[in-house]
Amino acid sequence: MYNFEYQKAGSVADAAKAATGEAKIVAGGMTLIPTLKLRLASPSKLVDLGGIKDLVGIKAEGGGVTIGAMTTHAAVANSADVKKAIPALADLAEGIGDPAVRNRGTIGGSVANNDPAADYPAACVALGATIVTNKRKVAADDFFKGLFETALEEGEIVTAISFPAPEKAAYQKFRNPASRYALVGVFVAKTKAGVRVAVTGAGEGGVFRKKSFEAALDKSFAAASLDGIKVDAKGLNSDIHASADYRAHIISVMAKRAVAAAK
Amino acid sequence: MPEGTGIGVSVKRREDARFLMGDGTYTDDINRHGQTHAIMVRSPHAHAKIKKIDQSKAKGMPGVVAIFTGEDMKVGGLPCGWLIKNQDGSNMVEPPHPVIAQEFVRHVGDIVAVVIAGTKEQAREAAEALNIDYGVMPAAVSLKEAVKPGSPQVWEQAKGNICYDWGLGDKAATDAAFAKAHKVAKIDLVNNRLIPNAMEPRAAIGDFDRATGDYTLYTTSQNPHVIRLLMGAFVLSIPESKLRIVAPDVGGGFGSKIFHYAEEAIVTWAAGQLKKPIKWTADRSESFMSDAHGRDHVSHAELAMDKDGKFLGLRVETLANMGAYLSTFSTCVPTYLYATLLAGVYTTPAIFCNVKAVFTNTVPVDAYRGAGRPEATFLIERLVDIAAREMKMDPAEIRRKNFIQPSQFPYQTPVALQYDTGNYDATLDMAMKMIDYKGFPARKAAAAAKGKLRGIGMSCYIEACGIAPSAVVGSLGARAGLYECANVRVHPTGSVSVFTGSHQHGQGHETTFAQVVSERLGLPLEQIDIVHGDTAKVPFGMGTYGSRSIAVGGAALMKALDKIITKGKKIAAHLMEASEKDVEFKDGKFTVAGTDKAKTFGEVALTAYVPHNYPITELEPGLEEQAFYDPLNFTYPSGCYIAEVEIDKETGTIEIARFVASDDFGKIINPMIVEGQVHGGIAQGVGQALLETCVYGKDGQLLTGSYNDYCMPRADDFPNFEVQHSDKPTPCTHNPLGVKGCGEAGAIGSPPAIMNAICDAVGAVHMDMPATNEKIWRAANAHMARAAE
Repeated sequence: MYNFEYQKAGSVADAAKAATGEAKIVAGGMTLIPTLKLRLASPSKLVDLGGIKDLVGIKAEGGGVTIGAMTTHAAVANSADVKKAIPALADLAEGIGDPAVRNRGTIGGSVANNDPAADYPAACVALGATIVTNKRKVAADDFFKGLFETALEEGEIVTAISFPAPEKAAYQKFRNPASRYALVGVFVAKTKAGVRVAVTGAGEGGVFRKKSFEAALDKSFAAASLDGIKVDAKGLNSDIHASADYRAHIISVMAKRAVAAAK
Repeated sequence: MPEGTGIGVSVKRREDARFLMGDGTYTDDINRHGQTHAIMVRSPHAHAKIKKIDQSKAKGMPGVVAIFTGEDMKVGGLPCGWLIKNQDGSNMVEPPHPVIAQEFVRHVGDIVAVVIAGTKEQAREAAEALNIDYGVMPAAVSLKEAVKPGSPQVWEQAKGNICYDWGLGDKAATDAAFAKAHKVAKIDLVNNRLIPNAMEPRAAIGDFDRATGDYTLYTTSQNPHVIRLLMGAFVLSIPESKLRIVAPDVGGGFGSKIFHYAEEAIVTWAAGQLKKPIKWTADRSESFMSDAHGRDHVSHAELAMDKDGKFLGLRVETLANMGAYLSTFSTCVPTYLYATLLAGVYTTPAIFCNVKAVFTNTVPVDAYRGAGRPEATFLIERLVDIAAREMKMDPAEIRRKNFIQPSQFPYQTPVALQYDTGNYDATLDMAMKMIDYKGFPARKAAAAAKGKLRGIGMSCYIEACGIAPSAVVGSLGARAGLYECANVRVHPTGSVSVFTGSHQHGQGHETTFAQVVSERLGLPLEQIDIVHGDTAKVPFGMGTYGSRSIAVGGAALMKALDKIITKGKKIAAHLMEASEKDVEFKDGKFTVAGTDKAKTFGEVALTAYVPHNYPITELEPGLEEQAFYDPLNFTYPSGCYIAEVEIDKETGTIEIARFVASDDFGKIINPMIVEGQVHGGIAQGVGQALLETCVYGKDGQLLTGSYNDYCMPRADDFPNFEVQHSDKPTPCTHNPLGVKGCGEAGAIGSPPAIMNAICDAVGAVHMDMPATNEKIWRAANAHMARAAE
């Protein structure tokens, strides 16, 4: 690890002011700390959001939930409000990493980092979530921009994510056996505005929506509706763990299983 | 269940309390006064010329004590312990193995320089500030590419990258067998390259005593005396009397800590140069690119059969990866630990095997749990399954038809080994009963009803352990003897310290060796201490690998204990005024036959050290004995493993529904520890079969350089392994304990059982390991397509 300054921010405004230039914001640190330990990042300063109480907590509102950015995966997984409004989201949180990661890692950190194999981006996109920052509100569809890229601008910090409740939803993850990140993760949500299907882990550019699936499921929300819809392997990752063809196939399987499991 | 603390009792492991409570002392836990820290600067290229190392910036950085490069450290190279002869009688190509790279680097991770500083962080900062100018060269990476004409050359002197072209067996007889074959089963297979991943990364501390001129090396080693011999004699020219090696608690080795590594020589040499202790501890990332890797074979094999499925002949062509340099035992692994096992448990009368060892620009490859024997077993047991398909015979039936029968022992194989004993039907019967082999079709049908593909696969393995008779291995090119040494020191009040050349790094020797002493001397475990891992304490030793500790080290211990008892009887006879030949020793008591006279072991020990009433003119005082044991033969553990798997056709995911093991380890000292060893071995074997594989990019970059990409198995990848010992065990006939060794069996026997089960489930002739979900899915799809036609 390279040396850096450390600042525990007292408020979001303080953090935004401090997080300039080569400074980095740390939330749960589940990605950043290992990166620092491997000397793959050398920020001048770490601005820790861990002391900002306003960023922690889950509120049930308007049938959905708003989750503070510094809420841990474990808290989401165990939240009665989340389980009631969007059980699929609680299930997703329960399946992230291992207990140590779930007790340290935060939803805001995951969303802001936008790892192409992270779980939360799929939930945000499929549920039509709104990413709330200290400056504005951004629709999930507009927030995730590519590998580790988001709509966040300098000094902009995710403060909460608002999820409207779907009629039913489910997340199915096919794990990379080594890292146990999603090799393919598919979140299917039947919402008032229609069915939304988001895929993580598989795409070269991170999370994406599978519109052909959405159209078919809009007609009939049943796994069989996806029969015969070919998933194009173009634009999918191909690496030592799986070919793009296999990932394309697994997207179909996971989507069908998600539809069947939706509640 | 036998009671007490002797042989055959599942005594709980005495060492576990300190390991589980964090009280172990590992190399990195040791700190010497005035200690400095070393960082190895490693090549980022697979093959390059070192054009210039600019130290100007690094040298002046805070805390930097010294920077050494290959120019500074001109010492002997790391030696290879086994000379292999080519088929034409000439010697293998044995290129130098410099401790720090000289002029060229030959794999990613090759050491280019060492930076020593007050703290590890300071050393790391300075290491990054070294400016090294490389002239990158093309690299030979995979086996298949490296042997192609025109491939980049790892060593100029090794034409076509061939280290040796070796053969074993009777080629003419084998060709003749194929000429009269009814059918021939064939296979092309890869034995996937593995990265060992012991829980404790390697570490070393070099220390030099200015007052005495003595060097001490603390290191994560499986065999401290071997390191002393190799490093002292070949690399640094330090006499053994001035060099102490301490291998304290070691957190797993699996073979990867047998070898003498450059870092050990660097910290020892530099400690002498700087007159300061120097510690180096590997990062996990560093371990991936500097610990010797395992396996990595490409083979073609053919098995000739008569019309009844009786094996007539076997021929095998194997390419074995050596990596860039010859590691300590690298050359003997794909030869004398591999081809010699190709008879398996079968009576195949004619066998010929050709092995070409190949240099590549990758990390050196050497022994890894099983070392050669898993490669042989995988090849035979997959090929036998293919033969069964060809002959339309049940896999169990074709095996039985070809088993060496109990009446045939000692059995001379056509590939040099002579098996002393075994009963292969017994373990096969037992495993088939355990898994309810007859009930499989019903279980397969039930799985099919759920949309799953269920398969069953077996493996009947044999291994050669208890390595090894010195004269035999010497005649085959080994540059060492492979005996073991034990010293038993009985203290005046009757407690005992055993100094053994075997080294424990997870095996539980402190318990099993103590059980042997408890059995022989009738002492409670509390009075028995097992000391190992320090050349200043243990007289000599060849260390732990090749499942040799109990078979060779335990036998040496038995010999030393016999000497103690013999001397004790003399003392007791004197005390009891009896003839020595009338004195019996049992349960810790010396008695005189036909009388009620008795002396306890403690009384005799005290007399030996307080010899007031003592046969002083005939017998020296004291009670301490030493023995060396050189085995007469290898030992031959064998057994049968059967796996049953269920496959999800849609995704290719696999569940091991059951895994049963029936092993014949001969006599067993501690059944619980043996079961644990088998569990661990199977875990590694299943890891190889389903999950683990080392992948290099075409440019020689290590793509599986962390756990993100190298798939180490986790507990939830495994079922509950059902492990039983043969109900008709065949004790080893030539060592005093009748033991065979159990450390490697699981890793040797399990991969073919798993792969045979998968091939059975998806109707595939063969699938290379690891059987990833994608490979299984593709095979299952092909199977369904065939079924639909």
